Amino acid sequence: MKLTLKIWRQKNSTANGHFENYQVVADEHMSFLEMLDVLNQQLIEKKQDPVAFEHDCREGICGACSMVINGRPHGQQKGTTACQLHMRAFKSGDTITIEPFRASSFPVIKDLAVDRSSLDTIMQAGGYISVNTGQAPDGNAIPVDSEDSSSAFDAATCIGCGACVAACPNGSAMLYTSAKINHLNKLPQGKVEHNKRVQNMIKVMDKEGFGKCSNVGACEVECPKEISTDNIAALNRYYLSSVFAGND
Amino acid sequence: MDLKSNIPEGPLADKWKNYRGSMNLVAPNNKRRLDIIVVGTGLAGASAAATLGELGYNVKAFTFHDSPRRAHSIAAQGGINAAKNYQNDGDSVHRLFYDTIKGGDYRSREANVHRLAEVSTEIIDQAVAQGVPFAREYGGLLANRSFGGVQVSRTFYARGQTGQQLLIGAYSALSRQIAKGQVKMYNRHEMLDLVTIDGKARGIITRNLLTGKLERHAAHCVVLATGGYGNVFYLSTNAMGCNVSAAWRAVKKGALFANPCYTQIHPTCIPVSGEYQSKLTLMSESLRNDGRVWVPKTVEDAEAIRKGEKRAEDLAEEDRDYYLERRYPAFGNLVPRDVASRAAKVASDENKGVVKTGLGVYLDFAAAIERYGKSEAFSKGIDNPSAEKIRELGEQVVEAKYGNLFQMYEKITGENPYKTAMKIYPAVHYTMGGLWVDYNLQTNIPGLFALGEANFSDHGANRLGASALMQGLADGYFVIPYTVGTFLADEIRTPKISADSPEFMAAEKETRERLEGLLAIKGNQSVESFHRRLGKLMWEYCGMSRNAEGLKKGRELMRELKEEFYKDVYIPGTMEEFNPELEKATRVADFLELGDLFALDALERKESCGGHFREEYTENGEAKRNDEDFTYVSAWEWDDDNPKVHKEQLEFENVELKTRSYK
Ligand SMILES: Cc1cc2nc3c(=O)[nH]c(=O)nc-3n(C[C@H](O)[C@H](O)[C@H](O)COP(=O)(O)OP(=O)(O)OC[C@H]3O[C@@H](n4cnc5c(N)ncnc54)[C@H](O)[C@@H]3O)c2cc1C
Ligand code: SF4
Ligand code: FES
Repeated sequence: MKLTLKIWRQKNSTANGHFENYQVVADEHMSFLEMLDVLNQQLIEKKQDPVAFEHDCREGICGACSMVINGRPHGQQKGTTACQLHMRAFKSGDTITIEPFRASSFPVIKDLAVDRSSLDTIMQAGGYISVNTGQAPDGNAIPVDSEDSSSAFDAATCIGCGACVAACPNGSAMLYTSAKINHLNKLPQGKVEHNKRVQNMIKVMDKEGFGKCSNVGACEVECPKEISTDNIAALNRYYLSSVFAGND
Repeated sequence: MDLKSNIPEGPLADKWKNYRGSMNLVAPNNKRRLDIIVVGTGLAGASAAATLGELGYNVKAFTFHDSPRRAHSIAAQGGINAAKNYQNDGDSVHRLFYDTIKGGDYRSREANVHRLAEVSTEIIDQAVAQGVPFAREYGGLLANRSFGGVQVSRTFYARGQTGQQLLIGAYSALSRQIAKGQVKMYNRHEMLDLVTIDGKARGIITRNLLTGKLERHAAHCVVLATGGYGNVFYLSTNAMGCNVSAAWRAVKKGALFANPCYTQIHPTCIPVSGEYQSKLTLMSESLRNDGRVWVPKTVEDAEAIRKGEKRAEDLAEEDRDYYLERRYPAFGNLVPRDVASRAAKVASDENKGVVKTGLGVYLDFAAAIERYGKSEAFSKGIDNPSAEKIRELGEQVVEAKYGNLFQMYEKITGENPYKTAMKIYPAVHYTMGGLWVDYNLQTNIPGLFALGEANFSDHGANRLGASALMQGLADGYFVIPYTVGTFLADEIRTPKISADSPEFMAAEKETRERLEGLLAIKGNQSVESFHRRLGKLMWEYCGMSRNAEGLKKGRELMRELKEEFYKDVYIPGTMEEFNPELEKATRVADFLELGDLFALDALERKESCGGHFREEYTENGEAKRNDEDFTYVSAWEWDDDNPKVHKEQLEFENVELKTRSYK
C-alpha cells in the first residue's frame, strides 16, 4: 500500500516545528511503528534526519509510544496503543497525519518525542504505600474482597502513556492521577494514607502545570487501556472528604 | 584466575540464614556516608535502589528509559513463583529449589537456587503490602495457577500483566525514596562505561540522552541491573531497547561473562510475518494447557496451506500430526519450553510449516472449545445441544480463560483464533547467561554487583516459567541489601569518591572518542541493517540447534560483519543532541562482540543441556548432557582475538543428577 505521511518535524524543544510530507510503501501486516521504521530506513539511506519517536515494548504495555495519528492520540482504534495499531486499519492512497502528544506539561524533545517526566513527579507525591522492604505481614493476612481487588486492578492497568493529557482540551492529568489513586485507595493496605495521598498528588498535579478537569470525557475515549472516568468521579469525592477531614 | 563462589559453609537449608546472621554489617551512621550507584530500574534495579535507600545509603539510580516504569520487566505476562504452599498441594522451599535445579538441567549453583526458593515467599508478602493486585479467590485469599514443567500450583499472577503490576510496586517504592531524597533518579541516562580505581568499581560514565552530555558519576560501589541480551538475535520477545552494553562495558574492564550461549527460546510466539518485522510477541505459555500443537502430515497439504488454498479446518483429523502428543505421550503439549521449541523446528525443517515463510505451526483450540462446550451444556442441563450451541458455550469458556491473549493475537495478525487455529513459532525470549557473580552477587571486580537477568546466577541452562520475576525481585529486595555490606563494611573509612580523578577523566575521554569514532565513519548502511544481519547470523548458527561447523562459520561471519560495521555504518546527527541512532549504534557495536563470544561458548560446550542443543550430542534425537566433563560454569574473560575461559565447577551435594525425560 502507498501512503502519504504528514509528519510534525521539530528539531528540539526550542525550535519551531512544521509538517513535512513523505511517501512510503507499507505492507498491511506491518505495525504502525514498523511502517515508521521503513520511513526512517529510507531517510537514513538518503542521509536525512530520521523521525524521532518513542517506543520500546511494541506490545501495548510500556506506555512509551506516544503520537497523535490523524488527530487522535494512539490513532482511531479503540483500546489500542500506537504500537499495536496495524496497517490493515488503513488503505492504499491514504494520507496520515502524525503529530506529538501536545500539552504544556509535555515539552517536545524532538519530532514526535515528548518529555512526560511530570507524570513521575505526580507518583512521587504519594503514589505508593509506605512500607519498607521486610516489614510486610504474610500475604494472606489481609484478605481482599475480590471485587475491590478487581476494581483496584482496573485502575492499575494504566500504562502511564499520557494520552489522556494529550486528548484533554485543558491538558488535565486527572484520569492518570485518579487511576493511580484509585488503585491504592481501593485496597485495604492503601487506606491508611488515603487522605494524605489524595491531597498531595492533586497538589503536585496542579504544580506541574496540568490543566483543570472540566468533565469533557475525551480522556476516557482515547485511553488505550479504557480507564473509566468513574475514577475521576471517585477522586472528586475523596478529595472533598479529605478536605473535610482536614488532613493536609 | 581463581573463581571464588563464596558459598557459606553449613547445611544447604541453613546457609543463608546463618550467613545473614553473621555477616559484616554497616552501621546506620556509616550508611549515610556511603554512596551506591544502581544502573537499571527494572524489577531488579528498582527493588534494589528502593531498599538500599530505605536502609539509609545514598543511592543514585540510572535508566536509559524516560521513567523506571517503562523497563522491559513491565511486559512480563504469566506470573511469579513462590513456595507459599497456599494451595496445600505439597509445595515447599525444597520442592521449588529442586524444580529449579532440574529445570535448569543441573547447570546452576545449589546454594544460590536454595536461597532464591527461601526468599520467594517474602517477595509475595512485600508485593501485597505495596498494593500489587494479585488475583484472588472469592474468599479474598490469593489465587495460584500452575506453570510449565511442575506439579504444584505456586504461580501468583495479576491477570496477564504480572510484570507491570510488580514493576509498579517496585517503582512506587522507588518513587517514595526519590521523594525522600534517599535516591537520586537519573532518567534518560545511559551508562557507557564502568570506572575502576585500584581494581575496585567506583563509578560510571553516562550520557544524558536528552542533551548528549557525557557525565562522570562516582560512588563506593556499583550495582548493575541492566537486563538480558536476547536482542543480540535482533528479533526476540524483548523490548526494543534491551541491550548488553552495561554488562559488556564491565566485561571490557575485566568482569567475566558466564554461559553466554544459554538462551531460552519460547515455543509460543506469533510467527514472523515479513522482512520488516521489528520484534516478536509472546503468547503466554498457559495456552498450551488447552491448545493442541500440530502440523499437516503431508508436505502437499502444508504447501496448499502456505499458498492459501487450504485452511486448518479443511484438514481431517487423520491428516494432522499432533507431534508433541505423538513424540512425548507423557507430557504431550506441556513439555518444557526447550523441547517444544525444538520439535517445532523439526516440523518446519521437514517442510510442514503452515505460514508463508514456512516457519510456523498450529496451536489449535477447536478440541478445547468442543470439550468445554459439551461440559457447559451438560452442567446447564441443555439436552441435545446443537453443534453451534456447543461452540458458543465453549468459546465463552475459552474467552474467560484467555480472552486478553486471543484479543492481542487478533490485533496483531488480523485473524480470529476462536474460528481458526492460531499460528505460532518459537522465538528468543530470555538469556540465562550473564555477568558471572559469586554468592554475594558480586562479580570478579570488587565493588561491582549484578542482579536480575543481567547476572547468570540461578537458572542454569534453562529457566522455568515465572521464575525470572522471582529472581529479579529476590536479588533486589532480599539479597543485595545484605550482601552489599560484605564489600561496604570495609569501606566505611573510604572518603567520598571523587569523579575528577585521572581514572574518571580517562574513562570519559575514551567514551567520547568511541562515540566520535562511530559518528565519523559516515558510511552507507544504517545501524538497524547491521543489527538485522547480526540477528540472522545468530538465529542461523546459534539458534535452536547448533553444530560445530555452523558455530565456526557463524563466528567468522560475525567478525566480518563487525569489520564492515566499523567501515560502513552511517549514524546521522551529532553527539550533543537527542540522537536515538547513536544510542542504537553503541548497543549494536557491543552486540557484535557478544555474538562472537556466544558462538565460541556454544562451540566449546560439547554437550546438549537446557536451551543449548548441539546436534552432535544427542541420543535418539533428544538432548544428551555430559555431566562428567561439563558440570561447570564457563566464565569468559574477553579478549578481542582470544577470549579465555575460566571454569567454576558445580558441586551437587543435595540433588542427584538425572536425565530429563518427558516421554
Ligand atoms: C514478553 C515477556 C514475558 C515475560 N513473562 C514473564 C513471566 O510471566 N514471568 C517471569 O518470571 N518472567 C517473565 N519474563 C522475563 C522477565 O520479564 C525478565 O527476565 C525480567 O523482568 C528482567 O528484569 P530486570 O530487572 O533484570 O531487567 P529489565 O526489566 O530489562 O530492566 C533493565 C533496566 O536496565 C536499564 N538499562 C539497561 N542498560 C542500561 C544502560 N546502559 N544504562 C542505563 N540503564 C540501562 C533499563 O533502562 C531498565 O531500567 C518475560 C519476558 C518477556 C520478554
Ligand atoms: S489513564 Fe489511560 S491514557 Fe492516561 S496515562 Fe493511563 S493508560 Fe494512558
Ligand atoms: S511501545 Fe510500549 S506501549 Fe507502545
